[in-house]
Amino acid sequence: MSESKTPQEKHYETIVNELTPNSRHLRGCVRAFWVGGLICVIGQALTMLAQTLELGELTAPMFTSCALIFLGTTLTGIGVYDRIGKYAGAGSVVPITGFANSVAAPAIEFRREGMVLGLGAKLFQIAGPVLTYGISSSIIVGVIYWAVKEWLL
Amino acid sequence: MEVFWDFVKAFVVGGLICVIGQVLIQTTKLTNARILVLFVTAGVVLTGLGLYKPLVDFAGAGATVPLTGFGYSLAMGAIEAVNSYGILGALAGGVTRTAAGIASAVFFGLLNALIFKPRAKP
Repeated sequence: MSESKTPQEKHYETIVNELTPNSRHLRGCVRAFWVGGLICVIGQALTMLAQTLELGELTAPMFTSCALIFLGTTLTGIGVYDRIGKYAGAGSVVPITGFANSVAAPAIEFRREGMVLGLGAKLFQIAGPVLTYGISSSIIVGVIYWAVKEWLL
Repeated sequence: MEVFWDFVKAFVVGGLICVIGQVLIQTTKLTNARILVLFVTAGVVLTGLGLYKPLVDFAGAGATVPLTGFGYSLAMGAIEAVNSYGILGALAGGVTRTAAGIASAVFFGLLNALIFKPRAKP
């Protein structure tokens, strides 16, 4: 076996290196697309179910998100959501089931460190920052909206 | 037939929002926690600018199920509460609108941790 490579081999290698990560990225995107899309379709079906149950305009979305959150935590508990996450990447993180997973997974994992500072605190390990920045930015939006409404309109 | 298109729109728009997250993960090495924070905050900001509501009207669950939709609920709650209660509504509205989701995540998360044992990651 000689160490040196022919120019063709080097050329071939650069082509392989250029193409391989791209196709891996593309595959990741396709997986995220169909799994994330499917979770949204389940959400759409739940919304339609809520409409047939004649839930109101505000309670129907609540029903959908609560049902999806229940689904997300339960699938996390039985160990299925981790597998979905490994396959789908952001397709499992971005939907609200991913938020449910981010609450349930550390709660299970840190239960052995105690009920209060283990389970109770780690439950918010990821949900905490999400709520902190989400709620704070919604307050800022509300205040700006109030100011615009009050002074400009 | 209209129902079918509602499903298609939810699938395509929801899927595309997830693809944005996937591209961010692959190109910037952002952790999942940062993705979640980023998407919720982006949802709040886009709603505040009036850009997200048209997407919700168009795609239904395709726009509300991703975490940007959680941000949408937060911001819409704050805006609507300002309309009814004035400036204090900005503080109360967001959490009021999303209370059921937050509470169910906490409660189901707790129940889940009590029922199931930790397991090795696959």
